[in-house]
Amino acid sequence: MSISIDKVFGVFDEALTLRAKRGEILASNMANADTPNYKARDFDFRAALEQAQGKGGGLQTTHAGHLKGEPAGPMTTNQRHLTGSGGELTGIDLQYRVPSQASLDGNTVDTETEKGRFAENTLQYQAAFGFLSSKIKNIKDILAEG
Amino acid sequence: MSLFKIFDIAGSGMSAQSLRLNVTASNLANADSVSSSVDQTYRARHPVFSAMLSDETGKDQAGVPVRVDGVVESQAPLHPLYAPDHPMADAQGYIYMPNVNVIEEMTNMISASRSYQNNVDILNTSKQLLQATLRLGE
Repeated sequence: MSISIDKVFGVFDEALTLRAKRGEILASNMANADTPNYKARDFDFRAALEQAQGKGGGLQTTHAGHLKGEPAGPMTTNQRHLTGSGGELTGIDLQYRVPSQASLDGNTVDTETEKGRFAENTLQYQAAFGFLSSKIKNIKDILAEG
Repeated sequence: MSLFKIFDIAGSGMSAQSLRLNVTASNLANADSVSSSVDQTYRARHPVFSAMLSDETGKDQAGVPVRVDGVVESQAPLHPLYAPDHPMADAQGYIYMPNVNVIEEMTNMISASRSYQNNVDILNTSKQLLQATLRLGE
């Protein structure tokens, strides 16, 4: 019997990564609150999480022993080539936020909205982190008892 | 980890807003700096911000830092003041006042300090999240 670590962590692994990415986007919105013609961005977290889960790492597998394709990054022909990561969002549908007020310089960032969403995102990050942490502790306890 | 990039982004926001505060302070300090010629009079300065998109086009980027492209001088017309007794009056008795709008500068100052505080909040929150993440599983 093999333990699949991916199944133990379940959805929280992906959730944590996506929450961090969303925090990055919201921080970028706040930092550019005075930049002319900057449009506020965000993405639908639920849809992105479902997409990440549905891909399951690239392919749906029927057995734990099957190989899963890895998402993200371009193919590399040599092990020493760098794979793209971090900067681009692979598979996340970035959308534009609808502005509540018109502005002279084309900037659509509403600081209060962004602050609220950033605070909510932080709490969700802490929640996902708490769940993940407790699962890791469970595994450690089980291993320690053995 | 994406959270590290937030330090770059919030840091760039903080430095841009502090430059904006500097420029505002300079404008307010020189609001009464008269001179006798149009060319030498102080003109109000404004910073120009732009989003620092990376050079690869066509890719949606998660975090976009802000960049100060430069500081431009306002081209609004100067106010000539008729004051023949002023020591700096020119041949016709005019002195030129800078085109600094004090009310506009005060609102700029409030907006810049508010944005600066927001960026500091984001930085602190992300730092706490990262510190907690480092203790994952303990």
